[in-house]
Amino acid sequence: MDFQIFFFLLEDGIANGAIYALLAVTMVLVFTTTRILFVAQGEFVTFSALTFASLQIGLVPQIIWLLGLLAVIAAAIEIYRAVSDKDFKSIPGTVGLYLVAPFAVIALTIWIAPLGAPMLVQAAVSVAIVTLLGPLVYRIAFQPVSSGSVRLLFVIAIALHFVFQGFGLLFFGAEGFRVDPMIDASFEVGSLIIKAQAILIVGTLALFTALLYVFFGYTIPGKALRATAVNRVGARIVGIKPDLAGKLAFLLTAFIGGVSGVLIVSSTTIYYDSGLLIGLKSVLGAISGGMVSYPAAIIGSIGVGILEGFGAFWASAFTEAIVFSAFIPVLLWLSLRSTPNEEGHEL
Amino acid sequence: MRIVSSLVLATALFAGAAHAQETTLTIGATITATGAAASLGIPEKNAIELMPETIGDVKVRYIILDDGGDPGRAVRNARQLVEEYNADVIIGSTTIPNSLAIGEVANQTKTPQIALAPIPATDFVFSLPQTADLMAEGLVLHMKEQGVKRAAYLGFADSLGDHNYHAFTKYAEPAGIEVVTNERFARNDTSVTAQVLRVMQSKPDAVFISASGTPAALPQIELKGRGYKGMSYFLHGVINRPFLRVGAKSIEGTYATAGPFSVARALPDSNPIKKGAIEMMEAYSAKFGEEASSFSAYAWDAYEIIKAALPAALDKAAPGTEEFRIALKDAIERGEDVTGVSAVYRITKDDHNGLDERARVMVTVKDNEFHPVD
Repeated sequence: MDFQIFFFLLEDGIANGAIYALLAVTMVLVFTTTRILFVAQGEFVTFSALTFASLQIGLVPQIIWLLGLLAVIAAAIEIYRAVSDKDFKSIPGTVGLYLVAPFAVIALTIWIAPLGAPMLVQAAVSVAIVTLLGPLVYRIAFQPVSSGSVRLLFVIAIALHFVFQGFGLLFFGAEGFRVDPMIDASFEVGSLIIKAQAILIVGTLALFTALLYVFFGYTIPGKALRATAVNRVGARIVGIKPDLAGKLAFLLTAFIGGVSGVLIVSSTTIYYDSGLLIGLKSVLGAISGGMVSYPAAIIGSIGVGILEGFGAFWASAFTEAIVFSAFIPVLLWLSLRSTPNEEGHEL
Repeated sequence: MRIVSSLVLATALFAGAAHAQETTLTIGATITATGAAASLGIPEKNAIELMPETIGDVKVRYIILDDGGDPGRAVRNARQLVEEYNADVIIGSTTIPNSLAIGEVANQTKTPQIALAPIPATDFVFSLPQTADLMAEGLVLHMKEQGVKRAAYLGFADSLGDHNYHAFTKYAEPAGIEVVTNERFARNDTSVTAQVLRVMQSKPDAVFISASGTPAALPQIELKGRGYKGMSYFLHGVINRPFLRVGAKSIEGTYATAGPFSVARALPDSNPIKKGAIEMMEAYSAKFGEEASSFSAYAWDAYEIIKAALPAALDKAAPGTEEFRIALKDAIERGEDVTGVSAVYRITKDDHNGLDERARVMVTVKDNEFHPVD
């Protein structure tokens, strides 16, 4: 292996790892605030990627009907709750929150789909659709059982993964999609070529890392999320609604998943079932930070990407085996030194 | 006298009518019309629904069952077809494991089976699709003509990838082509950079990308992106619209082996399958409103083979009996050319696939369309 190949593998590994890192950060965020190991995160990525690709070829992405359906279900649940609590004043607000935004996005999508709108607009619409799915999914699937065991929440997340994957096949078909790179350029540094798309992905990771740092450190919602992560009961006592924190966490997660999807479909082919492996590799990254540390999750994820690249180079038939078995020692070490968590929940 | 003769005539007519009604051929089919392989099975099911109600003066009854991709269910279906519906021949199934599973029932009950997946032949089992060997041989011949000395292999990391690798090396090495890599990737890998670097490091004259559908495009896109200038070859699994859409500019000028059906309209008029294939395609799209796939062509050819074998079998026994099923099997393997829409079959006792070089065409991508290479 000469230096050039080493560098190419490293570049590819970091670009892939940066996507895993973006998702790993959201996994940590969701897990710490809601105790959900959200493995269906990969589906947010594929949904956004395939929505973007459908818009590019002028089709109305069928996923908008899922968004509409979830919005109606969530609104119905809220209205039912309000009526049985005789809390009629909250109904207009609920309807506004759960119905107006999703249906505005649906209308916008139908409007711009045949127009061949600029790439950035299509990307923004794709991200918007997926972002709205996040809180709706939390409201319908997780909020009713938000105090359940970690195991219960995990099983629901797995079920969601299968449901979403099925919807993905229904909406987008079995064949893959890709779009042209957003920036189709590359820079030559000596004998090395750096793809602009790779810089864009790594740059997005850096930007989100900085934004999340500011969000958690200096804003009230960010601090509320952190407080919930540290101690749910304590956060509740000081007036932070855990369900609101959950919805906020899912909003952020879906948003970052959506952005990752738009980025990744510009550099590779995405299928309705690509989400699982992307999601699992991000879980590996998140686990290397013990599901609590953001910096460790980012470093771990980039490690996964690099390991994947070099593994594929040396023994391409065993890439996944190499990546996943490398994490067995990490898991062992983590489980040996783990202590029961403070709230005393069984894990 | 006159009355008697008309009575005789009437009796003869009635007897004739009754005789024609008695001769009902039962074609049973078990197809994967739901589940993961449904995109292959549905066109096959459609093709069967397109088959005529009569062959000559023999009435045909079609029983189509769905096995959902489950070999166990395929076996139950096959038993039901033979025992309950008294099927004379079984078409199916769609996938390799299911077709293999049905084979046992076929041999046990002495019922000819026409499989729509490439499986090894046994006594009563026939298989219609092109084999990996047949396609690899065509590919190697073309490579040799182009003066290829070093060929890289980049295929799926599964049993299909292994199978095609062995078929490829079997023909490449005697032709003086060195196979320099055996790289693998998974269907939904998001990056094949490492494998492509490995391929380019081996400096091949040609790359054989052994994958099907849209996943086959990613390695080629990566190769082009890294400045690969050599030739690239694909298998017949890429002959579809989505592959052209995903591959776009990167697959221009690449080669693929194809079944003649998939490029029927572009074939020279001298090609024996052209006329029938276009007729079948038109009938198919008129009824189902979509393009016929090669899978529907395999299913249609099962009908052509049964139709060609039927007269000889009817001479020996009546449908619905074991003698007839054996006679039908003997008639299928009688070694005469049967022109289908997917290929010309010459099925003999030793060759239950019956395909030769007429069942493959080399195509190239030009202006995002497949064109046969002259």
